[in-house]
Amino acid sequence: MWDYSEKVKDHFYAPRNVGAVTDANGIGDVGSLSCGDALRLSLKIDPTTEVIEAAGFQTFGCGSAIASSSALTEMIKGMTLDQALAISNQDIADYLDGLPPEKMHCSVMGREALQAAIANYRGEVWEDDHEEGALICKCFAIDAVLIEETIRANHLTTVAEVTNYTKAGGGCSACHEGIEEILTKVLAESGAAFDPRRVVADTAPPRLTSLQRIRRIEALLESIRPNLQRDHGDVELVEVEGRKIYVKMVGACSGCQMAATTLSGIQQHLAEGLREFVQVLPAELLAQRTEMGGQ
Amino acid sequence: MSDAIYLDNNATTMVDPAVVTAMLPFFTEQFGNPSSIHQFGDKVGRAIKQARQQVQALLGAAHESEIIFTSCGTESDTTAILSALRAQPDRKEIITTVVEHPAVLTLCQQLEKEGYRVHYLEVDQRGRLDMQTYQRLLSDQVAIVSVMWANNETGTLFPVEEMAQLAHAAGILFHTDAVQLVGKLPIKLQESAIDMLSLSGHKLHAPKGIGVLYLRRGVRFRPLLRGGHQERGRRAGTENSASIVALGKACEMALAAIEQEKTTVRALRDRLERGILAQVPHCFVTGDPGNRLPNTCNIAFEYIEGEAILLLLNRAGIAASSGSACTSGSLEPSHVMRAMAIPYTAAHGSIRFSLSRYNTAAEIDRVIAAVPPIVAQLRQLSPYWADGAPVADPAQAFVPKYA
Repeated sequence: MWDYSEKVKDHFYAPRNVGAVTDANGIGDVGSLSCGDALRLSLKIDPTTEVIEAAGFQTFGCGSAIASSSALTEMIKGMTLDQALAISNQDIADYLDGLPPEKMHCSVMGREALQAAIANYRGEVWEDDHEEGALICKCFAIDAVLIEETIRANHLTTVAEVTNYTKAGGGCSACHEGIEEILTKVLAESGAAFDPRRVVADTAPPRLTSLQRIRRIEALLESIRPNLQRDHGDVELVEVEGRKIYVKMVGACSGCQMAATTLSGIQQHLAEGLREFVQVLPAELLAQRTEMGGQ
Repeated sequence: MSDAIYLDNNATTMVDPAVVTAMLPFFTEQFGNPSSIHQFGDKVGRAIKQARQQVQALLGAAHESEIIFTSCGTESDTTAILSALRAQPDRKEIITTVVEHPAVLTLCQQLEKEGYRVHYLEVDQRGRLDMQTYQRLLSDQVAIVSVMWANNETGTLFPVEEMAQLAHAAGILFHTDAVQLVGKLPIKLQESAIDMLSLSGHKLHAPKGIGVLYLRRGVRFRPLLRGGHQERGRRAGTENSASIVALGKACEMALAAIEQEKTTVRALRDRLERGILAQVPHCFVTGDPGNRLPNTCNIAFEYIEGEAILLLLNRAGIAASSGSACTSGSLEPSHVMRAMAIPYTAAHGSIRFSLSRYNTAAEIDRVIAAVPPIVAQLRQLSPYWADGAPVADPAQAFVPKYA
C-alpha cells in the first residue's frame, strides 16, 4: 500500500468541495482516461475583484488524485486569480504533507485543472504542454519523456550527466539500467552508441558557500535581465531558502499572464547555471507561507 | 485486524498453522545440512525426501526426482525458459501470451533485447487464446512455449494440456506457469505432455521464498544456478529445508482439500459475485466466467478508479486487489485488462476478489453489504456520473484536454 500522509488520507476519506459549483464561471477539464485520472474543476469567480468565491471538483482517480483535488479547492478559495496561478504542483503536494513520487502527477493534474479553469473564465484557450512517460527514477519522480528530451536537448551521453541534468538516478541508483536504455535509444537516433565506460570530465557541481551561491544567482539573473527589459519588465532576487529561490517580477512582468512561464524559464536558467535543482517562486508566496504558519 | 476479511489469496495466502508447526523444528533441532553424513544432516535429508513426495503427489508427477525446489515462482519460470534456450542454441524463438505474469513477460522482453524473437499470443475480450494462431506459430525455430495455466487477475484457464500436446507434436518444449492453479484444481502431470511447470509455495498456504520447477524426466535441461550437487545438480545452493518441509505439508493439505476448492470455495465465490452484480449497476465480470479458477472473481466497476475502491474497502476491513494503474505506480491499467480490450472507464475500476478455503459465508455476506455504498460514494465524485447514472455520453460529456 502507498505511504500516504495522514493529510492525504483525510482529504481522500472526507473530500472537501465535492461536486460542481452552481453558477460556475470557470470550468477546467484535464486528465487522461487512459492514465486513470480525470478532473473537472469548477470555479465561481467574482468578476470585479477576481477572487475565487467557490471551488468544486469532480474526480475520476485514485486516492491521491481525489486528495489533491480536494486540497486544491481548499487552497484556492478566497485567492485572487493571480495568487491562485502562482500555486505549483509542489505546493499542492506540500499542502498534503507530501505525495509518493509515483503520485506526483496527481498534483500536476490539479495545477493544470486550475490553469484550465482560469483560462476558461478569461475566455482563453488553455494549451497543455504536459507529456508524461513511464516513471524511471522513483527517488525523484522523473519520467522517461523528461529524460529523453533532456538527453536530446543537451546532447548527453552518460548516466552521470543525466543525473546532473534531471536528478534521475541520483538516489538509490536502481534505475541506472533504465537510464542506460534510454541513452542507448536516443543516441541511436543520431547513429551513436552508448558507451558505459565514457566519463565526462568534471561532472560534479562545484561546491559554493552561501555567499558565493547568492552571488552566482544574481549573476545568472543579471544575464537574463536584458531579455526581460526588452519586454519592459524586470526581476529582483528577494530571498534564497535552500533550493527555493524567491523573486519579484517587476515592471511589465508584474501581473503578466505569462508570469508563470517566465518563472519556469528563470528556474531552468538558474538550475543549469548552478548545476543543482532549484525552485523559483514568486516573492508573494514568502508572505503567504508565513501566514500559513511557516509551512 | 482480527475481523478483517482477506480476499486477496491470488496475491499471497496465510500459512496454515499446521504448516508452521511442521517447519519450526527445522530452524532449531533439525538445523543440519542435508548434505552432511552425520545424524544432524540425515534427518533433514529424509524430511526433504518426504516433502518432495508430497509435492509429487499433488502434481500427479511420475517420479519424485522430477521435483526441483527453487526459491520462488519467478525463479522457476526463469530457469525453465533460459534452460530451453541454452539447451537448444539454434532455436531463437519463444511463444508466450500477452497476459502472462511479469515473471515471464519481463524476461521475454529482455530476451527480445538480446536478439530472441518472442511471439505474444493475443486474447479476445473474454481472455481466450486463438488456437489456430498458436498452431501456425509452432516451428522448428521455437525453443519453448511458455503459457500460464490460470491467469492471476481473472482466473481464466488456458487449455495448456492441449497446447502442450500440440507443442510436443511439433517437437517443441512446453512450460506452464501454474502458480495460480496448483492446489486449486486437480493436476495429473504424468498423463499430460507438459515438460515443465512452475509453482510457488506462498500461493497455497506455505511460506514465501519456496517454489518448485517440475521437470519431466528426460527433458533436456541446463541449470540456472550451478554449484553444489543439491537437487541433483539442477539447482545448486543449500536447501531451504524448513520451507521445503512446509511446502510438502501444504501440498499434502491442498491435495486433501482439493474437492473443497471445487465445491465450497466456488460456491462462496459465486455467492459474492451474484450478490455484488445484483446490487451494483454498471459493473461486470471480466475474463471467461465459465472457465476459470474456482476462487477468483474479477469485477470491473465502471466510472471509478480501483485504488480508491481498495482504500475504502481496506477501511471497511476488506482486502482485495486491483488492475488499476494507480496501484502499481504505472500509468496504464493492467496489461491483462488492456489485452481483453476492456474500456478504460472500466479497466481502471477492476477489482479482484480471490478467496481461499479459510473464508466463510459470513465474511462473504459482509463484503456483499460493504461494496455497494463504496461504489456509490466514489461515483458521486466522478465526472462521468451524475444523478445516480452515468452521464449520457461519457466520452462526449467530459473531454479532458489531454489524453
